[in-house]
Parts: sequence; structure tokens; C-alpha cells
Amino acid sequence: MGQTVVQKILAKASGREKVEVGEIVEPKVSLAMSHENGALVINQFNEIFNGTGKTAKVWDSDRIALIFDHRVPAESSKTATNQMKIRQFVKAQGIKKFHDMRGDEMGVCHQILPEYGYVRPGYVVCGTDSHTTSHGALGAFSFGIGATEMASVWTLGTALNVPVPPTIKVVVTGKLPKYVEPKDLILYLIGKISAEGANFKVIEFHGDTIKNMPTSGRLTICNMAVEAGATSGIVPGDSETVRFLREEANVTDEIDLVEPDSDAVYDSIVEIDASKLSPQIACPHTVDNVKPIDELLGMHVDQVVIGSCTNGRLDNLKTAAEIMSGKKVARGTRMLVFPASGKIYREALKQGYLLTLMEAGALIANPGCGPCLGVHQGALGDGEKALSTTNRNFKGRMGNPNSEVYLCSPATAAASALTGVVTDPRKETK
Amino acid sequence: MSKVIYKLGEDISTDIIYPGRFMATVLPSETPQFAFMDLKDLNKMLVNKEVPKGSIIVADKNFGCGSSREQAVSTLKGHEVVIIAKNFARIFTQNSVNLGLQLVICPKIEANVGDELEVSDNKVINKTTGKTFEVIPNHPAQQAIIDAGGLIPYTRQRLMAKS
Ligand code: SF4
Repeated sequence: MGQTVVQKILAKASGREKVEVGEIVEPKVSLAMSHENGALVINQFNEIFNGTGKTAKVWDSDRIALIFDHRVPAESSKTATNQMKIRQFVKAQGIKKFHDMRGDEMGVCHQILPEYGYVRPGYVVCGTDSHTTSHGALGAFSFGIGATEMASVWTLGTALNVPVPPTIKVVVTGKLPKYVEPKDLILYLIGKISAEGANFKVIEFHGDTIKNMPTSGRLTICNMAVEAGATSGIVPGDSETVRFLREEANVTDEIDLVEPDSDAVYDSIVEIDASKLSPQIACPHTVDNVKPIDELLGMHVDQVVIGSCTNGRLDNLKTAAEIMSGKKVARGTRMLVFPASGKIYREALKQGYLLTLMEAGALIANPGCGPCLGVHQGALGDGEKALSTTNRNFKGRMGNPNSEVYLCSPATAAASALTGVVTDPRKETK
Repeated sequence: MSKVIYKLGEDISTDIIYPGRFMATVLPSETPQFAFMDLKDLNKMLVNKEVPKGSIIVADKNFGCGSSREQAVSTLKGHEVVIIAKNFARIFTQNSVNLGLQLVICPKIEANVGDELEVSDNKVINKTTGKTFEVIPNHPAQQAIIDAGGLIPYTRQRLMAKS
């Protein structure tokens, strides 16, 4: 019986020939990522060593990444103090994959990892962030864990007691129509299989639509796999993965691609015809409450947001700039843009995208998570509606439980910012 | 036997359990104050200690979906409540095992606020209605961590065994 990509990755990382779905393995971790919640990981890590008489030392300082993104610059003294503790820990432990608040190196963790080539096909990646599923875009088995589990990884270098997950195969064929984006594809899939449709499972993406999709789009779909409950999304590494790592992440060492066996056994198979998709919107307050844009056309929006680990990449900003060039954000609607990293910010400056967006009336914020998690930027007023390219619309997500968040693609966000109401980007831009 | 103090619907996210705006607070000793902060009545009941330890919150499917924030577990653990739901999201489940929060997976549970429930390893008996519901047992891999008293002592044992 053949194996899926994740079975193969887990077998190798556990020193095994083969692994069966459901069996318990203890894979070696290739990369362990945390952001500001590293402060809690440090606390739990010290707790593990407490009373053992051993010095608290991480298993491998080269395999740990710490990235400031959720609250940059710090919104409170508490956050600033947490960040300080992390800096001290990084120094004491000799951790090099550390990204502080600097225009040259900063960014959302799920952008920094691919951008710096920290993730490779075949890796086992874990992160104290649920959207760690993103890195399956590079052919890795990448999943979110809690802070205490990360403290355990930092101590032992393995993920304890991992059950080998079953895999859902999603086959996407056909060409996405203009201004129908990878975001629309993943929203459609989540609407179809529900917010728990892939709970405890992996989603493996296949088909010519995926083959032809740049890594940026693959990151978007794997990022949101967790919104269907998935342990991980994964696109088996291919020539595009190699291109991305070589050209965009400057990786020079060997890259091992892992492919599923042709007779791999899947939990189920879902087929999608991309050519028939329309722009999709996830309505409050669950990500699987997805409707085609037709059902929401004309709805007023108070705030449009473009950014996040889902859709704050260069091609997303390019699409927005293309749609908004020479036009204006509607009065009565505000538009916030937060590029996913310093590199993207700088490149969007060079290309003129940010100038175009600012001239249209958009406010450009610093790289980071920004309004996505409702901490210190872009909170909503009571009763307000936001249309956002982020990945979650849970009640209270954008800082106010009495507001509504609708999720969409960058093209839909940009077209709607111009009119102040939900607008189909395919029509607006004809 | 314990009482059901609150009933919740489907897809209760970690943003409902522990809103993102309180995430700068990380220490398990400090998180309980923010439990269900946007459900004012429930938060008040817990924070003012109006309900005894072991009180039960019943939810529908996919409880704990969303972020990996461990505060969503430590905040509930701090109040010593028991969560019964039709099923739980993965990361939340693992965090609960790691921190020792008791979750009860009960796919057919029927209970209302005020009902008295008897919870055991394999079933929940609703004493008020007289109905019995099957419980899905913990995975053996999780049970090992629970038996060790949580992931910190479990990992500590592994660390000591290494040398
Ligand atoms: S951008 Fe939003 S979803 Fe992504 S890592 Fe930041 S807070 Fe999480």
C-alpha cells in the first residue's frame, strides 16, 4: 500500500521505512517557530528544567525561529516586556533565526519562514501558531502546537506522541478566471467541507491549477487549511517549489522533493473545477459561512483590510494597485494595507504599488499582523462591517465583539474599497 | 455529580474563549480573569466564583477551533470547569491534554442548563433526564501524558531518562 506525502515525511523523521495512519510516532523536528508567545514558551521551558539540576539549554539553536509580528511595535508595556524577555533568551541561547522589529528583516512569521528559506520540502515544521499550516505550501509537514508542547520540542527536539493523520486529497483543475484568486478557491473549499471537515486530517493539494499556482498562492491555501480544522495543508514540492526557494529565498543547498506514491491511500477525494469559481466571501462569524459574491453585492463596508499571512504578499498588493490605480477609496469607507514583511513593503515601494494605493486613499501600516487579531491597530466600532483579506471572522476577532468581519480576496477588497460596498472585481475593472 | 452551568453552540472559537486582545497576558496564573470575556454573564459567574469547581459547560461541535493560544486552555483550567462537547478542534484538544484540562467528547450529548450530570470515562448520565450518552475515550498517546500529570512532567521524565 502506498503512502501519502505526510506519511513519507513522518516515516523519515521517525527513522522508519513506513508508517500507518493512526500509529503514534515521534518525529524529529526540522524547524520550530514561535512569535511573541515565545514568552510563554520560555516560561514553560524553564519549568521543565526546574528541579532537574540540568541547565536549561535548547536542543538545537539553529532550528528555532523567533519572530515578532503580532504586536509590532508593542502596543502595551506588557507586550514590550515580553518582547524584551524573548530578546534576552535569544541572546543567551544563541538563536540566530530571530526577526526583531527592523524594516530590513521583519515580517509576519508565515512570510518570514518561506522568504528566508527556513522551510524545505520534507521538513517537519511546528509553530506556536495555528496558521503554521501555511508552510505545507513548500512541501513540508507543518502544524500548529501550543506553547507547552513547543517547550517540549525545544527540550527534546522531537514532537511527542504524534498520531499519523489521514489525508484528504483535493484535486483542483482548470484555470482560475481573472480576479478569481487562490483565496476564493480555499474559501470555497472550506464552505464545502465545513470548519471541522478536515479536523485531525491533512489536506494534500493536487491538479493543474495547483501545479500552475505560484508559491504565494499555495501559501494562501495552505494557510487557511486550518480553517477547515486541518492539521496541515500540503502541496507536494515540485519545480515551482524549487524555483521559489532558489530565486526568491536564495537557497543554494540541496532540495529533496517528496512525492506521494501513486497508490497512496486517501481518506477521501474532493474535486474542484477552478474555471467555474466566482469570488467568494466568508460571512460572520464562522469561516465556513461562505457565499458567492453575488449574494452580498451592494452591502456597505466601513473598513477594508488588505494584508496578513494569508494575503499580504507582493502579488496581492500588485493586484490591489492594478484595480485602484487612478481611482479613490469611497468616502465613508477606510482602507488599511499592511504588507506581510519588510521585504514586501520595500519591493512594493520600488514597484510603486504603495504610492498608487496611498494616492487612492489607503492607509499603509507597518509590516506585521496588524488588525488581523484585533490587538492594537484597526479595531472596529460597534456595528461596523469590515471586508478583509485575513483568515478569520470569529466574533470579536478584529477587536470588537459587536462588529462583523467578512473575508475575501485582495481583488474583491480593492474593488469594494472604491465603491464602499461589496463589489465584484470582475465587473468593476472591465 | 455536577451541574451544567452554561450551554454553548457550534464552533466556539478560541477568540470567544479568550479574546485576542488579552493575549499579552500569558502566565497561567493570570489568564483566568479573561475567560469568555465577551460572554459577560459566563465570565462573571466564573470570575466571581458563583459556581463550584467541576461545574460543566456543554457545547456543540468543534469547540476550541481557531488559534493555538494556550491561554484558551489555561483560562478554563484555572476555573476547574469540565467541558463536554460533541467534538473538539485538534490543537485545543492537545493543549488541554498537555495542561490537564478535562475534556469530555460526547457526540450525542443532550443537556440543559441546570441538569445534573454524572461523568465517567466511558459515559455521561444525565440524572435530570435519565438519559445516558457514550463518551469517546482519550487516545492512548494522550492518556500517557494525562497519566504523567501533564506535558511538563512527561517531558521532564524523558529529559531525565536521556542522560
Ligand atoms: S496575520 Fe493574523 S492569522 Fe496571520 S499570524 Fe498574524 S495574527 Fe495570525
